[in-house]
Amino acid sequence: MQLTSRYRFVASHRLHTPALSAEQNAKLYGKCNNPYGHGHDYVLDLTVEGPLDPSGQIVNREALDALVKTQVLRHVDHRDLNSEVAELAGQVTTTENLALAIEGMLKSQWTLPARLVRVRIAETERNTFELESKP
Amino acid sequence: MILLDPAMISDAQAKMTASRPRSVASKHCRSMLLTRKAEFSASHVCANPALSAEENAAIYGANANAHGHGHNYVVEVTLEGEPDPVTGMVFDLRELKEIINQEVVDPMDHRFLNREVPPFDKIVPTTENIAQEIWRRLSGRVTAPNARLKNVRLYETADLYVDCGNSN
Repeated sequence: MQLTSRYRFVASHRLHTPALSAEQNAKLYGKCNNPYGHGHDYVLDLTVEGPLDPSGQIVNREALDALVKTQVLRHVDHRDLNSEVAELAGQVTTTENLALAIEGMLKSQWTLPARLVRVRIAETERNTFELESKP
Repeated sequence: MILLDPAMISDAQAKMTASRPRSVASKHCRSMLLTRKAEFSASHVCANPALSAEENAAIYGANANAHGHGHNYVVEVTLEGEPDPVTGMVFDLRELKEIINQEVVDPMDHRFLNREVPPFDKIVPTTENIAQEIWRRLSGRVTAPNARLKNVRLYETADLYVDCGNSN
């Protein structure tokens, strides 16, 4: 069975890569390259998979929530992704890279019996990024 | 609810299959997913009577409150199958609605699951266990030569759901 739990955070970012010129960045990333940055209300869906434990649960809800809060939300909520999140240092803060970073932040301290199988982030209601997490 | 005589359908199927060019037939044999949604509101307590109040609170948190609490559950039932060449349907949605009503909504809506809906007098009604019970109830009813039950997704809240299916 799988269980999916939703979390929310807000953060600012700017899409820009030092590998390209200012003009190339502006052309590639458009409005997202605005030097002053901009923000999103991110919606994070985490899916875990595993058999039911004796309590009839795949995962203890409070343990999962505590892990997500400690490992992810505390570091990204109301933060500037470009300058304040160590796991994204030196990377373009696309939601693709954000999903990979969040997977890493969770897996580095993952002690839950259930397996993390999916990280899905909606940057806006129209843009969603989904990462299948491999063991 | 059977809308058409099965013999008539199988006769029509044979004629259509025979008359349909191979390339078109293969297009129509592709598997599809069909999902029907239903809602029910119910109360429950998540606590194992064999454990102490402290132990239950440690496992289930606020859900262990002995007086119970409620949710507006949303269930999404997904079937997988090939559209019938005559009806164009994977499964009759009216029949699926009726099955979900009989097996899930009628017995569970506005009920206290622990006291009124077996097996939750003996099994803790976690979202996982409710999803499994819905799967068990539906799997015996959703039967058709061209369709099978694929997944039961049960939302406890808008922010938490469980998937119970053949593949997971």
